[in-house]
Parts: sequence; C-alpha cells; structure tokens
Amino acid sequence: MELLRVKDLGKHFGGLTAVDGLSFQLRPGEMLGLIGPNGAGKTTVFACLSGFLRPEQGEVLLEGQTLVGLAPNRICELGLARTFQIVRPFLNISVLDNVMVGALLREKSVARARALACEVLGFVGLGHLAQSPATGLPLPLRKRLELAKALATRPKVLLLDEVMAGLNPTEVDELIAFIRRINAQGVGILLIEHVMRGVMALASRVLVINYGQLIAQGTPQEVVGNQEVIEAYLGRGLKHA
Amino acid sequence: MSLALAFQLLIQGILLGGIYGLTAVGLSLIFGVMGVINFAHGQMMVMGMYISYWLLVLLGLDPYLSLPLAAGAIFVLGYVMQSTVVNRILDFPEAMQVLPLVAMGLILENLALLFWGPDPRSPSTALGLATFTLGSATVDVSRLIAFGLAIAFTVFLVLFLKKSATGKRIRAAADNRLGAQLVGIKVDRVNNIAFGLGAATTGAAGALLLPLMPVSPYLGHDFTTTAFVVVILGGMGNLLGALVGGLILGVTESLATLALPATLKQVVSFGLLVLIMLYKPQGLFGGRR
Amino acid sequence: MRRLYLLLGLLLAVLLLLPLVLDKYLLGIFVMIFYYAYLGQSWNVLTGYTGHISLGHALYVGIGAYVSTFLAQKFGLTPWLGMLAGGALAAVVALGLGYLGFRFGLRGVYFVILTISCAEIARLVVSHIDAVGSFSGIFLDFHPGFANFQFRGNVHYYYISLGFMVLGSLAVHLLARSRTGRLMVAIREDEQAALALGVDSFKYSMIAIAISAFMTSLAGTFYANYVFYLSPNSMFGMALSIDLILRPIIGGLGTVLGPIIGSFVLTPLSEVSRTYFAQSGLEGLHLVLYGVLAILVVLFMRQGILVYLARALRPWLKLEE
Repeated sequence: MELLRVKDLGKHFGGLTAVDGLSFQLRPGEMLGLIGPNGAGKTTVFACLSGFLRPEQGEVLLEGQTLVGLAPNRICELGLARTFQIVRPFLNISVLDNVMVGALLREKSVARARALACEVLGFVGLGHLAQSPATGLPLPLRKRLELAKALATRPKVLLLDEVMAGLNPTEVDELIAFIRRINAQGVGILLIEHVMRGVMALASRVLVINYGQLIAQGTPQEVVGNQEVIEAYLGRGLKHA
Repeated sequence: MSLALAFQLLIQGILLGGIYGLTAVGLSLIFGVMGVINFAHGQMMVMGMYISYWLLVLLGLDPYLSLPLAAGAIFVLGYVMQSTVVNRILDFPEAMQVLPLVAMGLILENLALLFWGPDPRSPSTALGLATFTLGSATVDVSRLIAFGLAIAFTVFLVLFLKKSATGKRIRAAADNRLGAQLVGIKVDRVNNIAFGLGAATTGAAGALLLPLMPVSPYLGHDFTTTAFVVVILGGMGNLLGALVGGLILGVTESLATLALPATLKQVVSFGLLVLIMLYKPQGLFGGRR
Repeated sequence: MRRLYLLLGLLLAVLLLLPLVLDKYLLGIFVMIFYYAYLGQSWNVLTGYTGHISLGHALYVGIGAYVSTFLAQKFGLTPWLGMLAGGALAAVVALGLGYLGFRFGLRGVYFVILTISCAEIARLVVSHIDAVGSFSGIFLDFHPGFANFQFRGNVHYYYISLGFMVLGSLAVHLLARSRTGRLMVAIREDEQAALALGVDSFKYSMIAIAISAFMTSLAGTFYANYVFYLSPNSMFGMALSIDLILRPIIGGLGTVLGPIIGSFVLTPLSEVSRTYFAQSGLEGLHLVLYGVLAILVVLFMRQGILVYLARALRPWLKLEE
C-alpha cells in the first residue's frame, strides 16, 4: 500500500491554474523529487498537501485517510510534516525550545519532549547550539533547525521545500547525508529542489511539473534527458539563432 | 414613528457622515501608506477643534476662515510625529507599534486638558444657529457647509494623490517601500508628508465640527473609534471607500436613535464594525489587506 | 540562577516586612504597584506570551468589579466568591471574543480593534443598566470585615495585593514552562510555523485569552473594594486598558519579571507626579510625561528595562547568556 496518494489535485487562484490534475504516489521509505521551473506550482502542491491551502479538486490520502479539508495542525498530527522554503524559526526562543514545539506534539510531558528534542538536535548536528537563541543562527544552520523542528513531530511523510537552496556544496553534501539518514528510518520524503545535485543524489523517482501539470516522471537520469523537460526549463530553441 | 422624523434624521445622518468620512480618509491614508493605525487620530481632531476655538476666541476668526490654519497646524503636528517617532517604529512588532501611537494620543489629550481644562466649551459662531427648511426637515446651515467642505476636501485629497508628483510618490511608497527607495524616492520624507496630510484632514474636520458640538479634551477616543469603524467599512487604505463608509455610518447612527437612546448609538456602530471585520474584512469596497 | 531566586526571596521578605515601617500613604502606593503589576501580568499571558494584542482588557476588570459588587449588594454574597463568579463570566466573555477573533482570523490591528470595540460596547451597555447605577456607577458602603473584602487602613490591602502579584506571577511562571505555555509562545513567534508543527493555534489562543481574562477580572473585584466606587468609564474605559499595558511593555513583554519591574518604575512615578501636579493645578501633566516615557522606552529600550537590568546584574547573579 502507498504511504501518500495524490489523485487529480487541482488548485486555482482566480483565473490562474496553479495545480492542474496532478496525481502521484509515495511508497513507504521512498524519496521522491518534485522539480519544475519557477512558478510551476511546486510550493502550491506542498501547501495543498499540508493543509495551508485547500485544493478545489482531487484527493490526498495519507495511509488511506483523506487530508483535504483538514487544518494544517491536524495533518501534522496524522504524520505529514513540512518545512518552509523561507525558513521560519521561532526567533526569540532558544534552538532547543524551537525543536521542543515539534516534540510536544508526540510527547505530552515537557521532560520527555526535551529529551526527544535533544535527540533530534544531536541527529542534525545542532546539539552544541541547543541553548543559543535561534536569531543568532546563520542560514545553513537555520535550515537544519527547520528540518529538526519538522523531524521532532515524528512524521511518516516529510515534505522538504528547497532545503538546499543558498547552501555551498559542502553544506549540500552534509544535508544530503542527513536526509538519507532520515529516510533510512522509514520516513517517506517528497522534496522540492532546484539544487539538481541534491535531487540526483537522493530521489529514486522524479516528478517534473510545469504550469501545474505533470510533464514527465521517471528516474533522475531519464528525466534530465527528456526533451519536454529541457524545453520547460530553457524554452524552445530560437529559430533564427 | 413619523416619516417626517425619519427624513430629518436621514438628512442629519448624511450631513454628519461627511465629516466622519473626512476624518476617516486621513486614518485610511495613514494606514494605506505606513501600515500603522493612528491611535491618536481622534485626539488630533480635538486639537484641531481647540486651535480653531482659540482663533475664534482670541482673534475673532470664524472657524471656516481659520480652517486652513487648523489644518496646517495639525499637518505640522503629524509631520513631526512621523519624522520623530513613527518612521522609527515601522519595522517593529505590532504590539510595539501600537503603544507609541496610543501614548501620543494620551499626550495630546492631556495637553488639551492642561491648556483648556476639563469643561466642555461651546463658542457661538456666526452661522451657529442658522437653519432653513427642506421639505419637512430643518437643516442647520453650519452642518450643510461642513458637509460640503468635507466632501470637497476628500475629493481634493484623492485628486492630489492621483495627479500630483508628491501624490504619486506617496502612492509608490505605499505600494512598495523598498521599490520606491530603489527608484530614488526619499521614503521617510514622503511618509512625513503622508502622515501630515492624514493629520491635516482631522484638523480641518475639527474646525468644521466646532460650530456643531461643544469641545472637551475627552472627545478623542470616540472620534478615533468612529474613524476605525468608517475605515473598516470602506476598506483599510481605500480613501473613497472611507468617504462612503462615513455616509453609511452617519445615516445608520442617526436612524438608530429612532429605536435607541442617543447615547447607545455607538453600540450600533461598534456592532457594525465587528460584523464587517468578521464577514467582510476587506471592507465593503475593497482595501489593502 | 540560584542567586536570582535568592535575590527574589530576599526582596519578597523585605516587602513582607514593609508595613511595619510605612505609613498609610506609602502603603497605598505599594498597593497600586502590586495591583498594576498583577494586571500587567494577566495581560501578559495573552499579549506577551501568545502574541494577540488586546487593547480592551478593561472589559475584564469591569466585569470582575461589577459582578462581585452586584452579587454582594443584591444577594449579600461575599466578594471572595463573587470574585470567582466574575472571573468565570470574564472567561466566558473572553472565549466569545476569542472565538470571533481567532476563528475568523483577525490578527494584528484587526484584533486590537475587536478588543477595543467589545470593551466599548460593554462600557456603553453597562452605562444603561439601572440595576448597576447606569452612568453614575455604584458607591460601595463601608462595612469592614474579612468576609466583606473591606478593611480599615491599607495594611490588609497591602498583603492581599502583594499576594495577587506574587501568586499571579508564580502562576504565569509555571504556565510559561508548561506544555501549554510553550505552545502559546510558538503561536506568538510565528503562527503559521506553529500550525505546521501540529500546534492547534485556535485551542491554545482560546486557553490564553480565558486565563488572561479570568486573572484580570480578579483584580477588578480587588479594586472595587479598595476604592469603594466603580463607574462605567473608570472600570471599562479605554484609559484603563491603556494604563494596564504600559507596565509590562516598559518592563519587558513576555517575561515574568517584566510587569513587576515596569510597575515598580512607573507606578510610583505616576502616583507621586499625579498628586504633585494636581496640587500645582497642572492636572494631566503626569499623563503627558507618562506618554513621553512610554514612547522613549519603545524607541530606545525596545525589549524593556528587564533586559538591561539582567545585563547589569548578570555577573553577580551568574546568569547564563
């Protein structure tokens, strides 16, 4: 059985179709890439899956249970967590307290939530910064914090929205390693990514969307050679060039 | 209930609504450009009333003549407030933005108390008691003049923002602060002018109100909250919406006195305010947020 | 940290002994310090910790004052119980207000305007209820006795208001460390991000406003039985709503010690200057200074006095950064 199943998803903003009849499945333990040019509708797909936007059509099923119409916090409770493209740390509290907010979803006691949060912080390599205020973290560490917060909710499916953007190659490699380890614990991962190095290294399958529609899917190698995908990114060649 | 009474109240409501509209236009402009709510708005209006009161008592200047002076004085007040305080708090968290403006209102209110004392003052003006009849209704001349001038000012302000170079700069800064800065607009100065203009409307409204009601230091809160209602009705940042909102509120409040004691008419406006916020938060005519 | 608790304990001991040496006037100033610190603490729960800005908290003070006084006058119920009834009603009203605000997504200035409107509606409606004295309000008869919550002199009021401040602050301290308090802070910091982590922001915002309103209304009962007079304007008016938010902001928003420090700085200033200027015929000047001070603090000490105080005392208290 699939972990996450999306059927015929559709979302419009006024006359603009942001997502148009998108369908796909995520199997347990799978890592799936979602790519497409800017404005293709990737972030809108995430917002529809995580409850921040309500799709007009289609179904989203997490282990057979429908998510459409549920509030974001309910969806997170059911096991689907997300990160934000522009990271959103709780700036005025410590790194540990940030992660504890996520941990408190599963652990009702503050002491146990603290233990869980410490464990997650150690896992993403922020253990030594637990007591520092989040406002002091540089961007690469904020990205890890964003990941740690979502992980602390113990998700079954994790949606990662451009977690590698703005990082240097070494940092990207570190993050790839983290994500592999998260995945190894059985978490299904759907990632939006422009850093192709990350997608190639992680995803076993890639979905390519443009104007909200699925235009190609397959292994990363298959997809990058696809003529339609190249055109979507680069446009058609100029006739008189 | 007699039809004649209802007609009378309708006329009164429309006339009062014009002044509501004028003050609300200022509040709406300030919100539209700076994104802050001027919690000192009503107190600025009271200042406008006292300034034209002083000019009347000390120099014998009729409020309609002293109106430009009152508006000018409150323009300067607004300009100074913006340049010394408000420009510095635009990026603050909201709780921190609310307090300085509330404090500003507190300062103005108590300055008025210091200068003029707590007792209401109602000076007699040239046209104070003049009336004429329209069908079955009696119309106060000063109300009619206030209404006409309020509409004229609002239209003038809207045209100024649309057509003049300064107006265009203000709208650019309202639309996108960073963008306006990038094309060389001195946003801080533009903000000062915008706050000054918004304030000046309250100064003018104050002068127009002086012949109509006794002035006291404590009127400010009511004026501010009335302006809130109107702005929310018309849509935050929508100037013509504020004018229409003023008329709607004036008529609603006036007609509400048919069923309720006059002192409860504000309950109607607050009730209206809450309903509009809940069901049509962008206002009846669309706003900026 | 231990030195901080030691210092606070010492200060509390001093406060407990003060009535031995202070006269009635000075005790009265301390009563006001404790009263406003407690009010600020109550408001702090909703605005400082949860991030929903209320500029209509006088609503709950008024409910507390009117309900307990009405029940005492009509049915002879002791204000100690009337206080709880007032608290319950305040919490219910706050839940109604909160439902409208949080369910319909009113945030920022819109929520501020909602809170102002509700307080003003209450003020106007109470002004028209004859059973509670309409515009002119209620004068309380003086029947000293513990059951009546009325006492000669200021010593009893001193200890009661001190108790309010200490217990209220303790309650907020415990709340802030609890699961509920941590989720409230997450909502304050970034509501969308909190939702994404499974925080039910509606539920915890409702809990915050109910706690805040309940606590606030208890102060109303205290105040009514301290000044023996309540009127719609003084108990429900905007002036009180403004007054009660100044201290936590000046002291430090969203901290337990902020409202207390803010009150110790601002209240004596306001009380002393009020009497002083009123005697000199300059009524209102103290509020002008008050406003100027509030603006200066926001402009130049945005995080409140507490941060600077903590920085100065850090070496001695061995606080962590």
